[in-house]
Amino acid sequence: MSALNIKKGSTSHSAYDLRDPNAQVIESHTLAVLVDNEAGVLARVIGLFSGRGYNIDSLTVAEVDHKGHRSRITVVTRGTPAVIEQIKAQLGRLVPVHDVHDLTVEGPSVERELALFKVAGTGERRIESLRLAEIFRASVVDSTLESFVFELTGTPDKIDAFADLMRPLGLADVARTGVAALSRGA
Amino acid sequence: MSRQMTGAKMVVQALKDQGVDVIFGYPGGAVLPIYDEIFQQNDIRHILVRHEQGAVHMAEGYARSTGKPGVVLVTSGPGATNAVTGLTDALMDSIPLVVLAGQVPTFMIGTDGFQEADTVGITRPCTKHNWLVKDTDRLAETLHQAFHVATRGRPGPVLIDIPKDVQFATGAYTGPREAGVSHYQPRVKGDTAAITALVEMMEKAERPLFYTGGGVINSGPAASQLLRELADATGIPVTSTLMGLGAYPASGKGWIGMLGMHGLYEANLAMHDCDLMVNIGARFDDRITGRIADFSPHSKKVHIDIDPSSINKVIHVDIGIVGDVAHVLEDLVNIWKARGRKVNKEGLTRWWGKIDGWRARKCLTYRQSDKVIKPQYALERLEALTRGRDRYITTEVGQHQMWAAQFLRFDEPNRWMTSGGLGTMGYGLPASIGVQVAHPDALVINVAGEASWLMNMQEMGTAMQFRAPVKQFILNNERMGMVRQWQQLLHGERYSHSWSESLPDFVKLAEAFGCKGIRCSDPAKLDAAIEEMLAHDGPVIFDCLVEKHENCFPMIPSGKPHNEMLLGDADTEGAIGAKGAVLV
Repeated sequence: MSALNIKKGSTSHSAYDLRDPNAQVIESHTLAVLVDNEAGVLARVIGLFSGRGYNIDSLTVAEVDHKGHRSRITVVTRGTPAVIEQIKAQLGRLVPVHDVHDLTVEGPSVERELALFKVAGTGERRIESLRLAEIFRASVVDSTLESFVFELTGTPDKIDAFADLMRPLGLADVARTGVAALSRGA
Repeated sequence: MSRQMTGAKMVVQALKDQGVDVIFGYPGGAVLPIYDEIFQQNDIRHILVRHEQGAVHMAEGYARSTGKPGVVLVTSGPGATNAVTGLTDALMDSIPLVVLAGQVPTFMIGTDGFQEADTVGITRPCTKHNWLVKDTDRLAETLHQAFHVATRGRPGPVLIDIPKDVQFATGAYTGPREAGVSHYQPRVKGDTAAITALVEMMEKAERPLFYTGGGVINSGPAASQLLRELADATGIPVTSTLMGLGAYPASGKGWIGMLGMHGLYEANLAMHDCDLMVNIGARFDDRITGRIADFSPHSKKVHIDIDPSSINKVIHVDIGIVGDVAHVLEDLVNIWKARGRKVNKEGLTRWWGKIDGWRARKCLTYRQSDKVIKPQYALERLEALTRGRDRYITTEVGQHQMWAAQFLRFDEPNRWMTSGGLGTMGYGLPASIGVQVAHPDALVINVAGEASWLMNMQEMGTAMQFRAPVKQFILNNERMGMVRQWQQLLHGERYSHSWSESLPDFVKLAEAFGCKGIRCSDPAKLDAAIEEMLAHDGPVIFDCLVEKHENCFPMIPSGKPHNEMLLGDADTEGAIGAKGAVLV
């Protein structure tokens, strides 16, 4: 593996899973879980994570097929390659789960998150926050004389970066949706 | 074609349509409509238990001895919560159960009503799947789906929570065929390329080993048959977990005994030294592997399991084959035959020579006594006096369970019912009743310890009421023997609360229940006493007073590898370090 000079865990552009199963390196993976939207299905998925000691960094869920009552759960989780494989296998055997996709290894994917930021301030700080919002292409969805609410869509990194910039300018509150993700291409 | 009927009637109709002949249950307010329907029919027999935990273990005994799902009916609240231990037990041991629970009416859910509990919430982590049915029109479909889920793939317990108003209301009943195809269709056929790769490894291996588990038994009689054919034709030795005893016969020429924490010396050393380990329907449980880092260090490992999450969960394997054991073994046998039935004959001869050398250690040797009954001797005599009979054994949990696994011999699957994964004290007595209900004319013996047995002894009332002639063979050492053994080995001989001060007189207890009691404490009289138990046509409580401080060997202490076994008391000095004491 080292001879091929392939970075550990980076298999997203390879047809083969070249990760060392015994590697202790912690990886972040985005999983898309397609489930029947039946009562308790989210509790079942979350219970699996808490019961077996897995991490949830981000979780989003909504019904994506109203006719077929299917929901898509997007989970961002962390663990060694062996733990990630185990998480996928455990999810896969839940009865209401139809499909588990590991977007991190199955090819290129897009990840987006939406966040709302309430920034309170007056004078120069208020103007600066608006200027930065423009740079980040955040839109103003609410305004008073002492505050803005910005709406920003982007990768989690971008949202983190915007939050860091807003903090000294009077960041009062943040609401984030968590990650939604899809594979690229048809 | 759908028919209109009440939810309560649907329950009974669905059970009939699923071929259920017996259910184990206990009535209560929230299931009264279903009990009313049960009263008005004769197709399904209802076994009234004395505690809901007993009902679930009975259903487990029924399921494990027949291969059919066990069915339980309990009321809401305490009825359902009392079932939780049994559900967890069945989940750990992959036993198909369908548990029906009553619930307060839908309009009362969430109001902390009388005997209300969040049953689906409580049982979510201890069932394979569960449902709360809020609409009578959905009930029939859910009932059929429950049987489908419980028995397909890796079997397990499922629960349906049925509010009382749903039982009273009328809805459309659909039969099993019309209920619609479930998307839950686990893969049963293994990957041919992977199976071929395994055959290639088997042809070359010098020290191959089949490590078999409960999955072989769960897969059905064909799987056991194929395992026998494969092992006998190849000459590859077979060891098994506690759960898999009987899949390959103890009298078979390839049999090298049970492996694991209290497994045989030869089996554990074979695991450690093999160069090809073929795991068939087992799951690398911690009782089997010992210290992971030193687990079978020189072997290639192949794992056949119907549950993809079992593969690479604990031990990383070279080849994982997802599929049903019977399907995979059938392909395996065919491919091996088609490729010319090759094995490494020289290697196998040397391998068997090595195994025979380990066998010569006679690891089950114990010091016999003519004054007191040794528990091992009691089981040797039970084995000798029941040999040749179609015998079903259940056990409780502890030393007696391990001795039973070591000293009793099983030549057929579905004859050995024990709580393996969860280790549930109180399992054996109700399980024995469940087995007896399924096999009314068979000899059913629960090998018990007195402490475990007391945990569900109320079920003797069930045995009496339903004339289940179960034999309760209690190895009474007046101690929680396995706890005492660990305290001796790991906790400086401080025997904290591991004995019972005031045990009942088991013979008088038998009389109180109206059954036969036998007590024996003299090794010379043991045979006659066992014969008396076997000859009695009815339930027997056999109080076998045994050596109080016997330890169970061989033993791999927690956190040690297979090749560091303790073979007797002389080995135990300083054998277990502080690190091992942390483990269970």
